[in-house]
Amino acid sequence: MTTVTTVPEDARPQIGQKLTANRLPKWTPPVVAVASIAVGCGIGAAAGLESHLQWGLISALLFLLGSYLLSAQVEGRRQAKDRFATSVVWVAFILAVVPLASLTVYTIQQGIGVVNGNFLSHSMKGVIQSGPGGGIYHALLGTLQQVGLATLMAAPVGLLTAVYLVEYGRGRLAKTVTFFVDVMTGVPSIVAGLFILSLWNLALGFNYSGFSGSLALAILMIPVVVRSTEEMLKLVPNELREASYALGVPKWKTILRIVLPTAIGGITTGVMLAVARITGETAPVMMLVFGADYINSNPFDGPQQSLPMYIWQQYSVVNNDFGYARAWGAALVLIAFVMGLNLIARGIARWRSPKAGH
Amino acid sequence: MTSSSPAAPRGRERRARDSRVGDKIFMNLARGAGILLLVIMAAIAGFLAWRSGIALSNNDGNFLTTFEWMPDAPKPVFGIAVLAFGTIVSALIAMAIAVPVAIGIALFISHYAPRRIAQPFAYLVDLLAAVPSIVYGLWGALFLVPHMDGLTSWLNQYLGWTYLFDQTTSGPPRNLFTVGILLAIMILPIITAVSREVFRQVPRMHEEAALALGATRWEMIRTAVLPFGRPGIISASMLGLGRALGETIAVAVVLSANSVLSLHILDAGGGTFAQNIALKFAEAGNNGRDALMASGLVLFVITLLVNGAARLIIARRKEYSGANA
Repeated sequence: MTTVTTVPEDARPQIGQKLTANRLPKWTPPVVAVASIAVGCGIGAAAGLESHLQWGLISALLFLLGSYLLSAQVEGRRQAKDRFATSVVWVAFILAVVPLASLTVYTIQQGIGVVNGNFLSHSMKGVIQSGPGGGIYHALLGTLQQVGLATLMAAPVGLLTAVYLVEYGRGRLAKTVTFFVDVMTGVPSIVAGLFILSLWNLALGFNYSGFSGSLALAILMIPVVVRSTEEMLKLVPNELREASYALGVPKWKTILRIVLPTAIGGITTGVMLAVARITGETAPVMMLVFGADYINSNPFDGPQQSLPMYIWQQYSVVNNDFGYARAWGAALVLIAFVMGLNLIARGIARWRSPKAGH
Repeated sequence: MTSSSPAAPRGRERRARDSRVGDKIFMNLARGAGILLLVIMAAIAGFLAWRSGIALSNNDGNFLTTFEWMPDAPKPVFGIAVLAFGTIVSALIAMAIAVPVAIGIALFISHYAPRRIAQPFAYLVDLLAAVPSIVYGLWGALFLVPHMDGLTSWLNQYLGWTYLFDQTTSGPPRNLFTVGILLAIMILPIITAVSREVFRQVPRMHEEAALALGATRWEMIRTAVLPFGRPGIISASMLGLGRALGETIAVAVVLSANSVLSLHILDAGGGTFAQNIALKFAEAGNNGRDALMASGLVLFVITLLVNGAARLIIARRKEYSGANA
């Protein structure tokens, strides 16, 4: 892909055909990009377009068009199409970065001024909802308890299911379970909430509590744990199992002492990613936990609060600037928590991933 | 585990029996967990169907064609026409935007980006998936909606003749179109993750053969990568569709709902299954709650079909297991 300076035609009169095609120099794409951004902004400013999103879109279109035409002129249609595809792929990449960057920056901007010691250590009890003050302590506590309980229920079930699928699963039952694990990953969270409501609250007659919320969260968590654990168990080299059997160790002990410890890093990662996922779930919690303003440290009795639900309430019920501010503060805490969990989980995965047999 | 003493045949026998018992217990425990999963799925369908039956027997309207949602009125009338329409339209908008972009990103990560960028960027896209939907909703309502004004009026002005983009009411763009864009951002990561895995599995030989024949990079992708990855792309899109159909809280925050069924997607209004449940739940009475369960059951069945179909397509090629994102 080096720049080829074409030899003038008259320098080699004997050879009628060039052996190399014309090529645009390497610096063409950035130059075209800069030019189209400049023109795009110019058009945007001239037409008085308010939204900078539109400026960006115009620039992107100009870039696509410009590089295609230029390349078609110099390099021919096939190369032009190739360049066009490359540009489209790059534009897709930028399109993905924009919302993430905007979301993160905006959340930090709005939330950073709200989060402080007072905000983290106080509940909303006795705080006038439409006024300033108050905090998220009760929501934080509730979220931690509900997610903890859900993990206690979902992790063993998920782990055992994965063990069944990888170590024992043959035949129709295993196939059915695999299929339904996959399908269960897609169960909308609100449906899980409705189910627990009809089972736990309506059929069995229990009251709103943190625990009923964590039941619904567990349903959402199990398939995620199963899938990731399954992947990890499959990575454990078969030689390890065979060596263990050869020493006369029964299968169940092999699984508990050899297979699971080998894969424990990956399993931990999977469980943490699942925890991160359910921490942000709003819909089931909203129906089952009921949202208290005060600190309730008993998840088995009475309404609790949770972070996602707190954000929802501050936005939709309070619905003024004080509410928005608290919502952003809570959103920042929630995002920090979830992203932190994600990063730690991936760190563990890199650190302790089982190496394929060697 | 060294049972070397030959003088204890009885001990060995007992140990063998113990391990058999241990094996049996452990296996049944594991199998029980698997069966529990199936029971949960069946129970979801069963319990929702039970409450739906109660609600439907009290319904004075037609569940499928009624626009209003008034299950707590003295003469309960409720139907899912508006909800089904809104759910499908917003999910379709999301798919129309997200699928091409996601394929582009997946190609970028697997075939275009320099290796140094590709890996961190793949992480970044996965992080997008970790953002809780309530935060997407908050961002959508307080940031995206105000910033959609320009685009909305532009679409209305120049594409208004298409009927679809004709805006007949004023007010902030809390409409199905904005919801579709927000959903597109939310389902990007899962479509990207699955397609990326598929593109990575394209046999190296196919790609090199195409390049050796003189194909440009794009021709190589078109002739080798995309045909191989087609089933993967389809099932990835359907997984994304499943997410979009079931998304609750982000839609509930952004959409200003009403019971009008209109193809003017720039007009604020409409509703989706999940959004309706989230919004109406708090003030629902007994019958209202059961009616919401009925709409939840419909949503459950739809997502079940979509996800099931996606998995069946993907299962034809066993290796695509990147679907747990």
